[in-house]
Amino acid sequence: MITKTVTNAAEAVRDVVSDSVLMFGGFGLCGIPENCIQALLQKDLTGLTCISNNAGVDDFGIGLMLKKRMVKKMISSYVGENAEFERQLLSGELEVDLIPQGTLAERIRAGGAGIPAFFTPAGVGTEVAEGKEMREFDGKMYLMEKGLKADFAFVKAWKGDTAGNLIFKGTARNFNPMMATAGKITIAEVEELVPAGQLDPNHIHTPGIYVQRIFQGVDYEKRIEQRTVSKG
Amino acid sequence: MLDKTQIAKRIAREVKNGQYINLGIGIPTLVANYIPENLEVVLQSENGLLGIGPFPTEDKIDPDLINAGKQTITMVKGSALFNSSDSFAMIRGGHVHLTILGAMEVSENGDIANWKIPGKMVKGMGGAMDLVASAENIIVAMQHCSKDGQSKLLKECSLPITGIKCVKKIVTDLAVLDVLPEGGFKLLERAPGVTVEEIVSKTEGKLLVEGEIPEMVFD
Repeated sequence: MITKTVTNAAEAVRDVVSDSVLMFGGFGLCGIPENCIQALLQKDLTGLTCISNNAGVDDFGIGLMLKKRMVKKMISSYVGENAEFERQLLSGELEVDLIPQGTLAERIRAGGAGIPAFFTPAGVGTEVAEGKEMREFDGKMYLMEKGLKADFAFVKAWKGDTAGNLIFKGTARNFNPMMATAGKITIAEVEELVPAGQLDPNHIHTPGIYVQRIFQGVDYEKRIEQRTVSKG
Repeated sequence: MLDKTQIAKRIAREVKNGQYINLGIGIPTLVANYIPENLEVVLQSENGLLGIGPFPTEDKIDPDLINAGKQTITMVKGSALFNSSDSFAMIRGGHVHLTILGAMEVSENGDIANWKIPGKMVKGMGGAMDLVASAENIIVAMQHCSKDGQSKLLKECSLPITGIKCVKKIVTDLAVLDVLPEGGFKLLERAPGVTVEEIVSKTEGKLLVEGEIPEMVFD
């Protein structure tokens, strides 16, 4: 087996440079690579393009990178819940490319799978279609979307092994598996890292071939955005 | 006039046995509370779950288990988890039978606008464009008029649209209406205490009224 382990987040992000294109797994704050984001915040980076379904909140997740002015452009599907984001967007400091969520997921999947472009019905007849190639298939209109890749993809899994195999938990899976395939260098942080051979191959969600570096993260906060409970 | 709960209750009557359903944020989420217990349906959450259960009790909260509104949830028996790409494959591929979502405007040919108001902060479309582009049946929950009394059931949407020719049925605070395949709204039911004349006067788009329009009844 090829060993992919690094000691910690700082070592994992050592060669990330300014103006890179980065992908971050997660839906809201669920399943985000908390340790890698913290390590990136310690570096003197600017001009980053961040591909992530959301943009964190003011004081957590990618919101912290926005606050530090590290980000030039966000590529996301939904960016509410972030006042600093709104301020930078309205002042023109930040570029934003809003993409339908399913299109974003598929563009990342396609990027990782060697598919340069595909046709989707999402956005036909809307401003999302402006400037895009349109085609009719079986009487219905579709628009062309291109695959997305990144210099680095940061993903968070529940368990992983030293060979880079990953298992996700709950809805923390979300964009993580596709992003793992679309990074030139994919860095996985996991809650529990075990030696190769200890995870059942039948249960692997992301095969280690997609992962270049893996480490066991620490101090997961797993912040909840909407704490909804029933009395039971 | 219907309140939000009554709109949700009325929409719940449209649910059929065996359906996989995606519920949007807001009133559509409430629909889950009123689906008759004798029906077997599965609720899809586009962040990667089939089988949304009720909110958890305090001791069962799991930060790794949320719905598309980022609320903590539980899973019912027989649930399945998957990634975002698979989730939208289900949606785009037509495997989800029914989508219920909110709208700011609907036009008489079934266009929907619900993601952007010019001049206001744009938060993004999330999964709405994918959902409306593919669902075989889309029911919209909305207010019939804006706060200043302007009709939201229009000849053409004035706001940036989310999808074209996709809405099949609308439940508002005043009425239940179908969107006809050839264009135009068809009045099906009135809210308690609301007259046909009021609905006619508050619907800007083409409105078809045929025969006696029954008044909705709630328990």
